Amino acid sequence: MKKEIMQGNAAIARGAWEAGCKVAAAYPGTPSSEILKDIADNYPEIYAEWSPNEMVAMQVASGAAIAGARSMCSMKHVGMNVAADAFMTLSYTGIKGGMVIIVADDPNVHSSQNEQDSRNWARFGKAPMLEPADAQECKDFTKIAFEISEKFDTPVFVRTETRVAHADSPVTLEDRKESKISLGLDPKEATKYVMVPANVRVRRKAVEEKMKKLEEYAETFKYNVVEMNDTSVGVIASSAAYLYTKEVFPEWSYLKLGMVWPLPKKMITDFAKKVKKLVVVEELDPFFETEIKAMGIKIWHGKDVIPNMYELSPEIVEAALKGKKYKAPKVRVKPEDLPRRPPNLCAGCSHRPLFYALKKLGAFVFGDIGCYTLAFAPPLQALHTTICMGAGGGQAHGASKALGKEGLGKVCAVLGDSTFLHSGLSPLMNAVYNKGNSTTIVLDNRITGMTGHQEHPGSGFTVRQEPTNMVDYAEIGKALGVKSIRNIDPYNIKETMEVLKEEMAKDEPSLILCKDSPCMLLRRAKPLERFKNPVYVINTDNCRGCKMCLEINCPAISWREGAGQTKDGHKRKGTVYINPDQCVGCEVCVQICKYDAIEPGKK
Amino acid sequence: MKDNGKVTNIFLSGVGGQGTILASNILAEIFLKAGYDVKKAEVHGMAQRGGDVTTHFRFGKKVYSSLIKYGDVDFLLSFEELEALRYINWVKPDGKVLINRQEIFPPAVSLGNMAYPSDVEKTFKKYFKDNVWMIDGQGIAKQLGNAQAANVVLVGAFSNFFPAVKEEQWLDAIKGLLAPKLHDLNVKAFYAGKKAL
Repeated sequence: MKKEIMQGNAAIARGAWEAGCKVAAAYPGTPSSEILKDIADNYPEIYAEWSPNEMVAMQVASGAAIAGARSMCSMKHVGMNVAADAFMTLSYTGIKGGMVIIVADDPNVHSSQNEQDSRNWARFGKAPMLEPADAQECKDFTKIAFEISEKFDTPVFVRTETRVAHADSPVTLEDRKESKISLGLDPKEATKYVMVPANVRVRRKAVEEKMKKLEEYAETFKYNVVEMNDTSVGVIASSAAYLYTKEVFPEWSYLKLGMVWPLPKKMITDFAKKVKKLVVVEELDPFFETEIKAMGIKIWHGKDVIPNMYELSPEIVEAALKGKKYKAPKVRVKPEDLPRRPPNLCAGCSHRPLFYALKKLGAFVFGDIGCYTLAFAPPLQALHTTICMGAGGGQAHGASKALGKEGLGKVCAVLGDSTFLHSGLSPLMNAVYNKGNSTTIVLDNRITGMTGHQEHPGSGFTVRQEPTNMVDYAEIGKALGVKSIRNIDPYNIKETMEVLKEEMAKDEPSLILCKDSPCMLLRRAKPLERFKNPVYVINTDNCRGCKMCLEINCPAISWREGAGQTKDGHKRKGTVYINPDQCVGCEVCVQICKYDAIEPGKK
Repeated sequence: MKDNGKVTNIFLSGVGGQGTILASNILAEIFLKAGYDVKKAEVHGMAQRGGDVTTHFRFGKKVYSSLIKYGDVDFLLSFEELEALRYINWVKPDGKVLINRQEIFPPAVSLGNMAYPSDVEKTFKKYFKDNVWMIDGQGIAKQLGNAQAANVVLVGAFSNFFPAVKEEQWLDAIKGLLAPKLHDLNVKAFYAGKKAL
């Protein structure tokens, strides 16, 4: 059989294909985004779509499942918050074709707004959850999740996290097998799917029966594995936490849980009896630990030493369990003394001049989730909240209601094009309906940028690059009742400031749309074509070293120390330098320079 | 290749856009084909926006953790000097270090608030003596006609640390991962890097 190196996410896509999955829907989110893209690129037998948000993806997958197809939706941990409303009832109705929910956690928040332990969803929503440790398991667990789903008539979770989703390891490839369930809808099944109270009460009982059967199944589940070795210490762990512990304590005995909910209680009890001391190693919440303690089993070490936040690693597990006996490697250079390298908006990015304008206006900016969240960082410091998708719209309205007339001219919301379609419509509708006066700015860069360029209903293309309808943001605004809808060219700072000032001062809701401002990395939109000159250079005759242009934090611009003077005799401590390899000619710095020191150059 | 059951740990570091991921993909292909278990871990997140990028790559008879244990790095392959220094503590006392001579200023340096570390080579030599190599990947790649090939120049240089892997295996992996129109340039880049050490 063929073996290939695969990323965990690619292995999940492969597993779905091999399992005969027919419909896959997702909204992008790190570290889950590659799954749907991989399906779209490699497995034409699966219908794949970017849905506008995770809730829709969950709905799409469940509709397909009710029609008898094996279906999957994938999302990052916070996406489950959005999709939860559908999920919490789907676990009552059950499915027909297998339905798998992939939820990818991000311990240590490499790229998220919070740190959630998605295992809690399984317990809370009463559905089984599997947790793979490497790419082979990502494939195997996804496949078996479809079987479990059909066998127990329930959606099934596969939970990953960054170090599983984004880790590559060998995977054995197998063929696709179509599901045995035939496609079709049966109106006679309505009592199972219409969750009115009378039907709910029936299904409520079915949920408990399902979970009981699953508890028995967990005892025989082949990926709950006992590895008996030195019995002085026994470890219960799953996923990457198992791998880290096994790495540093290979001599101990292990119970590796492939199914993390429901737990195999008998298996755990037996394992605990066979070892002298029991250790529970898990990332984030004391999920296993709480359950195991509730079973009356004594634990030697768990969250008393293992951190309950950030991610684990081999050395963190080793240090936690060895305590004072752990010898840390020698520190040669203190990393905290080195300059950090935070991500930055690209050279030429249209978000930069927009946030510069907002900063100049002294606006309080209710933010959202996207590349533009980076405008929070110094020296721009022009974004003041980031909570969740769409939040800025609702928050700006709330703040302006609280401040009354005092808030006029001071408050606005920014959303990306993708997040506006994800969760931004309802807040805008609300601001109009409730006679608010907040200003909503849609930073339309024609793509979901930060997660690596996924299409959305406003981009004009499907995940498989077929041309499709493009949402017209102005028409949406109009339909929601917004009277004041303005287009801006964010690269024109002066005009942008004028429009923003006018609209924020109005005592009615406004919608401002950034036009002709595609993502610098989106080649098909030819973002560089609009710039007159390919590059700009510093005229050191004129540069006074005032550092104004550094305020925009352009990666192409840097400070060069060195006392000197301008041609007309102004003393300076240094000049700025524009790196021609990075400059794209966006002219934002040119508009900021007061001394005509930035002029066109040649590439 | 000889196998003593030990897992080899390679740590790659650089800045988004430098091609560290291609380099680690080449390594993964080679050692998988040579019959090893391999694991590779990287943080994607916002690397495309100029943040730092690291990849943990491990191969051996059986590899558990995808993350290298802090202090256990056998080989540090760094695409940028500051990003090498940031991970100096990760390297074993007898580890080998290959650094690309390139300085990419992070914002704090561009803004004039902090100095770029000036003594990267000296610091590494202090701790690792003769096990430190510095090469000008961009310079070599530019001579071949495209600075973008610097990552494969580095891979070429790095290949010297694995004499048991045949040249063809490296070239096959490189060709397998790149579009045919890029083969000529990158084969040249590999050889140029190999000779540079």
